[in-house]
Amino acid sequence: MFDDLRDLYQEVIFDHNRNPRNFRVMENADREVEGFNPLCGDRLTLFLKMDGDKIIDASFQGSGCAISTASVSLMTEIVKGKTEAEAETLFNQFHQMTTGKEDEIDLEAIGKLAVLAGVREYPARVKCATLAWHTLDAALKNEENAISTE
Amino acid sequence: MTIFPIEKIRADFPILKEKIRNKPLVYLDNAATCQKPQVVIDSISHLYTHEYANVHRGVHTLSIKSTDRYEGAREKVKDFINANSTKEIIFVRGATEAINLIASTYAKENIKHGDEILITAMEHHSNIVPWQMFCEQTGAVLKVAPINLQGELIYTEFEKLISDKTKLVSVVHMSNALGTINPVKKIIAAAKARNIPVLLDGAQAIPHMTVDVQELDCDFYAFSGHKLYAPSGIGVLYGKQALLDAMPPYQGGGDMIRKVTFEETEYNALPYKFEAGTPSIADVVGLGAAIDYLTEIGMDNIAAYEAELLEYATEKASKIEGLRIIGEAKDKGAILSFVLDKIHPHDIGTMLDSLGIAVRAGHHCAMPVMDFFEVPATARASFAMYNTKAEIDVLMDGIEQLIEVFG
Repeated sequence: MFDDLRDLYQEVIFDHNRNPRNFRVMENADREVEGFNPLCGDRLTLFLKMDGDKIIDASFQGSGCAISTASVSLMTEIVKGKTEAEAETLFNQFHQMTTGKEDEIDLEAIGKLAVLAGVREYPARVKCATLAWHTLDAALKNEENAISTE
Repeated sequence: MTIFPIEKIRADFPILKEKIRNKPLVYLDNAATCQKPQVVIDSISHLYTHEYANVHRGVHTLSIKSTDRYEGAREKVKDFINANSTKEIIFVRGATEAINLIASTYAKENIKHGDEILITAMEHHSNIVPWQMFCEQTGAVLKVAPINLQGELIYTEFEKLISDKTKLVSVVHMSNALGTINPVKKIIAAAKARNIPVLLDGAQAIPHMTVDVQELDCDFYAFSGHKLYAPSGIGVLYGKQALLDAMPPYQGGGDMIRKVTFEETEYNALPYKFEAGTPSIADVVGLGAAIDYLTEIGMDNIAAYEAELLEYATEKASKIEGLRIIGEAKDKGAILSFVLDKIHPHDIGTMLDSLGIAVRAGHHCAMPVMDFFEVPATARASFAMYNTKAEIDVLMDGIEQLIEVFG
């Protein structure tokens, strides 16, 4: 059942949806940005703790679909310990993976995030996966205002 | 009681034979838009193949034929909603344009700074935003009558909000997000008692029930063709002749004029005063064909059949653990909006799609309704006369399966 959806809803996604990692309010966060997808009502707040240009902690709060929850949960795991520049590179690669051509993706760099590659086949769901990363991008650029996918 | 000819009706809709992701299509997104019967598709093709030219213009044969078909459709609309005259039937792009037309003509002329416009908390954005824009421009005030947890208008609160300041009551006949059918007769009577005109947004109601504008005694009634098995891009504004006559025109251009010089323009008579430019001729003809088709089946028969579908779906849905129905009004049309515990509506929508089932997941252009029920979105199965109990079974099985997968 739901065989056609295996590429989209991989077990890792269900796992992160059921038990999102870093799902907490961060006291004393250095960056706090809200992301919103008005089309589906997904809403998240991303918190970052910085040491210079290094992300030393990342967490989030909010509600969304399984794809967006898994995406932000995975993202908070992977960006911890990365510099701003490294995180931006990841953002670009993630964006490529979910919207661009498959042969342009550096699968090694993207690591676990590859489980979200399936959204490419579901145009209506791409924004669910990218909301987290657009919010991170805004946080790194120190944009205080809430960002929106629209 | 006659037996509803469901098999024949299904056969009339060619798209219902489509396979979606290798499964038979189960189309349950009718509140967003309805599919079209072959007679509607053919009417458009026939017009373009044999009878098409511009309307109200030429003396040549095709122009006369085209005009006959166009005006014939207006006659059909008039009969379908029991208007008094074809002068009261204005063709517009849809319910949205109809409401915007009222905002930029009737309201502009009659509603001033400090006056109030009364709507309900279950409106579609199309009956909120035009009024917000209008109020911003004029300093008029938008009042919103609240709803209860069943998704029904709290009528006593509505009544309290009607005052001497109220200059227009604009309410949805049937809610697209909740299915609620508003007590429009009571609403109209209360407004009439104070000489306040009433606009009904009938986009969702019109495909599900008999609408008689004279019996309702509403002043304006707006609806879209595409939810009535007719083409998209065409809709109707009904208005009482006396009101329409007194209103300034909407858009300027060809067809809405009687005489033009550079000094002044004399406007055309109703309904043409409100129909500037070449209209969507083929879509109007398609709307006429849809109305013929529906009239033959009978709106009361459709309403009775759909009530059965809704009852069946509600009963089955109520048995699914973790499913919460959003919108449980006593008087309700064939819409089942729901949320599942810990499963986002968008995941529901994608998963059901993989089973060939089309439902809407989102805010249904009614964000304030979502806020009221404290949900970001809902999944919505909305039924039409071509749906069956077997399809509802497919839907409910699908929901149970996806609950299992999400665990």
